[in-house]
Amino acid sequence: MIVERKELTLLEKTYLPGIAQGIRITTKHFIDTVTGRRKVTMQYPEEKWTVPDGYRGAPYLVKDQEGRTKCVSCQLCEFICPPKAIKITPPGPSVNSALGGVEKCPEDFEINMLRCIFCGMCQEVCPEEAIFLMRDYSLTGESREEMIYHKDKLLTLGGTHQDAIQKWKKKESEAQAQAPFH
Amino acid sequence: MAEIASQKAPADTPPPVEMVRVRINDMDVDVPKTHPDPLTGKPVPTTMIQACEQYGVEVPHYCYHPKLPVAGNCRMCLVEYGLPALDRNRQPILNDDGSPKVQKMPRPAIACATPISPGMEIYTDSPGTIEMRQSVLEFLLINHPLDCPICDQAGECKLQEYSYEHGQSESRFVEKKVHKPKQVDLGPRIMLDDERCILCSRCIRFSRDIAGDDALGFVNRGSYNTLAAYPGRSFDNNYTLNTVDLCPVGALTSKDFRFKMRAWFLKETKSLCNSCGTGCNTLVGTREEVIYRQEPRENNAVNSSWMCDYGRLNYKWQSSENRLKTVTAMRGDIREVLNWSQLLGEIIPRLQRFQPGQIAFIGSGQMSTEEVFLFKSLAEKMGGLVEAYSSSGESDRLLLNADRLPNTNGLRIHHFTTSGQISPSSTHISEGIKKGAIKALFVIREDVTAHGISIDLLESLELLVVSDIHRTPATDVAHYVLPGAAHFEKRGTFVNVKGRIQKFMKAVEAPGDARPEWEFLHEILHKATGQNGFSTIEGLFNLMAQKVSALHGLTWASLGDLGVQIEIPDSR
Amino acid sequence: MTLAELLISTLKIVGLISVVLPLIAYSVVAERRISAAIQDRVGPNRVGPFGLLQPLADGVKFLLKEDFTPSYVNKVYFWMAPALAMIPSFVVFAVIPFGSMLFGEKMVVADLNVGILFTFAIVSLSVYGIVLAGYASNSKYPFLGGIRSSAQMISYEIAMGMSVIPLFMLTSDPVFFSQGLSESWNQFLMGTSDLNLSRIIAYQSGSFFDWLIFKQPLAFIIFLAAAFAETNRLPFDLPESETELVAGYHTEYSSMKFALFFLGEYAAMIAASSLMVVLFLGGWSLPLWGLDQPADNVFLGLLHIIIFFSKVSLFMVFFIWIRWTLPRFRYDQLMNLGWKRFLPLSLANIIVTAIWLWFKS
Repeated sequence: MIVERKELTLLEKTYLPGIAQGIRITTKHFIDTVTGRRKVTMQYPEEKWTVPDGYRGAPYLVKDQEGRTKCVSCQLCEFICPPKAIKITPPGPSVNSALGGVEKCPEDFEINMLRCIFCGMCQEVCPEEAIFLMRDYSLTGESREEMIYHKDKLLTLGGTHQDAIQKWKKKESEAQAQAPFH
Repeated sequence: MAEIASQKAPADTPPPVEMVRVRINDMDVDVPKTHPDPLTGKPVPTTMIQACEQYGVEVPHYCYHPKLPVAGNCRMCLVEYGLPALDRNRQPILNDDGSPKVQKMPRPAIACATPISPGMEIYTDSPGTIEMRQSVLEFLLINHPLDCPICDQAGECKLQEYSYEHGQSESRFVEKKVHKPKQVDLGPRIMLDDERCILCSRCIRFSRDIAGDDALGFVNRGSYNTLAAYPGRSFDNNYTLNTVDLCPVGALTSKDFRFKMRAWFLKETKSLCNSCGTGCNTLVGTREEVIYRQEPRENNAVNSSWMCDYGRLNYKWQSSENRLKTVTAMRGDIREVLNWSQLLGEIIPRLQRFQPGQIAFIGSGQMSTEEVFLFKSLAEKMGGLVEAYSSSGESDRLLLNADRLPNTNGLRIHHFTTSGQISPSSTHISEGIKKGAIKALFVIREDVTAHGISIDLLESLELLVVSDIHRTPATDVAHYVLPGAAHFEKRGTFVNVKGRIQKFMKAVEAPGDARPEWEFLHEILHKATGQNGFSTIEGLFNLMAQKVSALHGLTWASLGDLGVQIEIPDSR
Repeated sequence: MTLAELLISTLKIVGLISVVLPLIAYSVVAERRISAAIQDRVGPNRVGPFGLLQPLADGVKFLLKEDFTPSYVNKVYFWMAPALAMIPSFVVFAVIPFGSMLFGEKMVVADLNVGILFTFAIVSLSVYGIVLAGYASNSKYPFLGGIRSSAQMISYEIAMGMSVIPLFMLTSDPVFFSQGLSESWNQFLMGTSDLNLSRIIAYQSGSFFDWLIFKQPLAFIIFLAAAFAETNRLPFDLPESETELVAGYHTEYSSMKFALFFLGEYAAMIAASSLMVVLFLGGWSLPLWGLDQPADNVFLGLLHIIIFFSKVSLFMVFFIWIRWTLPRFRYDQLMNLGWKRFLPLSLANIIVTAIWLWFKS
């Protein structure tokens, strides 16, 4: 398709109407901005943004209502993580009775926030609802090591998840309710 | 176990004469009428599941295992089948076109225990069969905890796989599950999770019939039916960990591997066990240069599908703190770290300075056949005594051999030692050093202080070159230390006590500056004598096969995964 | 030249530079804030109150940046070019009368009778800085920038020169200078001749309509457009033209050397603005409250200087405004405009003015 180029009138050829129109537009914007009628920029550190629901911020670990770590170290998030930001140290064979009936929970859970791309696949793949992308979007640190968040930090930042199932509690109460074994 | 070891590979079995024609789904196939019994080796009637397996038709199963006696208690392999219809005179009823009429049986049969018969039709994918599988799975899952995220078996779990392929996506079970004991300490190496058990009894049959230690059994009834060790008995024979491999679910877990790494992360490398002369075939599971477990790999000529706990757990030395990671040289009293080219540049002229007879060589049955070949060639060029020492332990008359070195026969096929003997301790060399006739010693993979050559004798030498993978008293006094690679860290071959030459593959990288011995031996030999002609282990093996009579006609490729039987020249 | 004269000239130079340099710095701030407002942004507002200390931060940043000299450049010219781009713009200020009288001294560094010719001579030098930068960089984009710049500056210098001829045809009116001026003006202009810039200011005193912008509007428009072209400002910034040439002639420059180009551009803008104020807007004079007469006290003298720089600042804002309003001309449009429109128009303007003068006499 060929678009015919419009022939300019003599006045238009002087560029003057174009220049005048341009100045009118820029002047309007200038006045609107200076008088504060139009406000686009947010003065970030002073003014903060309301994070919308469903926002994918930093991934953190959560505990259930009774303070048990929900993560069971299945390492599916480590497997799915596209940038390989997650590294889990499994607990090994020793039985830890201090975990409150929890059969397995990671020895350490590292998320390298410098590598994390906040895609949310870890949350999606998690069979235990133990990791969630929360609202934190501004993560800072003074070294690379500091940006690798370990289990304790992740659990503190993640807080408590209002878990509808409460798997460990349910298992415990069912086992207590059943007829004694042997 | 003795029977298993003597079992021949399938290719070697003379085909049974009588064949039976059956139909599997829509495929007419000929199947041998009998198969050898897994335990006795006597011919027993072929079952439906064996016929299907032979022609690649999958019949899901839990309790059936080709190496174990049939139990038939899981009901997973239920199939519908048909038989030629007979009239009242027991004559076949024919169709209009003259073919025998097949009558579908009203009730299904378990494929693992039903012998085939001529004209039989097996329907493994009929709607009825599929529905039965679904129902069996539903029952199996009633009390199963469904804790796959926790369970170590996840990823290699038959229950998981069959639920995905044949099961229902949702559970209809609304009642409370029975909670059986968890974290049961069954033995020193086994932890049992009874909730996960589907009561297939494979472990019981293995312990009773293969390992000969009837330690396991079921207790209680109904929903409370539970696997347990007999009261007062610990499940502690040398073959317990095979039950972990056999367990189709995650009920029996290895304490060594439990909660260490998920199965899907592991890279599996075909390797060999180096703990004794049997040379069990293994799969080494590694992730990011860390070895997590060893599992037996089926080789009916060597270890069937099993291996002993001792060999299986004997891999941790690979990552021990004691590993040699740097090339070092003794300068006066100070040990200096060198690089390989510096070291080889120094060591070769120093070795060449000695007259034939002034230098001696000590190898080991831990070296691969190729390394023995290179070391022997070097010793022949330089001229000097060559020794290697035996190391023996107690045999359990099953898989664990008294010869605790993986490659003693590898030494024999090269006629490695000067005396022709492989004895527990040094004779000629220690005397030679005492007399002062031997002034230099080159040792690979042997702590000579444990074989009759004392530290004082070593210190009296003019030159002591030691290559090993761990720090030993000998490496502490050596003038040059060459860090070698474990068999997990290189490729090569071992010849087992029965004269089977088998390959092992590289599973992990050698730590630090450590290098496979054949690499630096090749370089020394090349620089000292000009011998060359290969740069890979394949080339080296093929060269060796041309020069060593026992290996004539073999190539690296022809060894395959299962190895080749060869003649050992002076094994008796 | 006596020592006293030397001292006075030095003082004037120092004084002028101490006004012009901050003016440059704040032109940059103004540019950034105004452009931000035009584009609905905020602009630099963090350093100091309202971002007023931004030039300081910019300066520190320029000084601390790595001064990188690529290996393949022609080192001597590469180092010379930024200075050559900066110096002519400052030299032009020598002949600009930025005020009337202060402490009995004329507020011009060099009161040359060939003032306007001097400015044209010096301005034409600034092309060397850019051409040299383009040539010495030994890199294709700076080279293209340099070539464009030389063609553009030569083209528009002609139109610019032609456009001011009618002004001097008008101001070389002997009748006006012998009768129409006050005593103080006559004394102020003692010993000056036709091309002296102070005479132009004198000619424009009286009323607003005596300003040459009203008497010669065509000349003003041509001069204005040519000034944009001479200073490489949008819509005529083809030597820089970041969409096509990365950064044009200063692509390979960094740190303080880049800063010199940057400062040179703003200094050239101020010089061109000063020239336009003098030629068309009555210079330091204001035809109100007797401010169109040379000052006879310190207060008026300072006021004249303030008036002058206020007018310059207005022009600077105009320069900035135009940059964020108009898109860049295409190269052929630029050449067409210079050679085919402005040159004939300025020639016609000369002839019309000549006819009018002849008719009037």
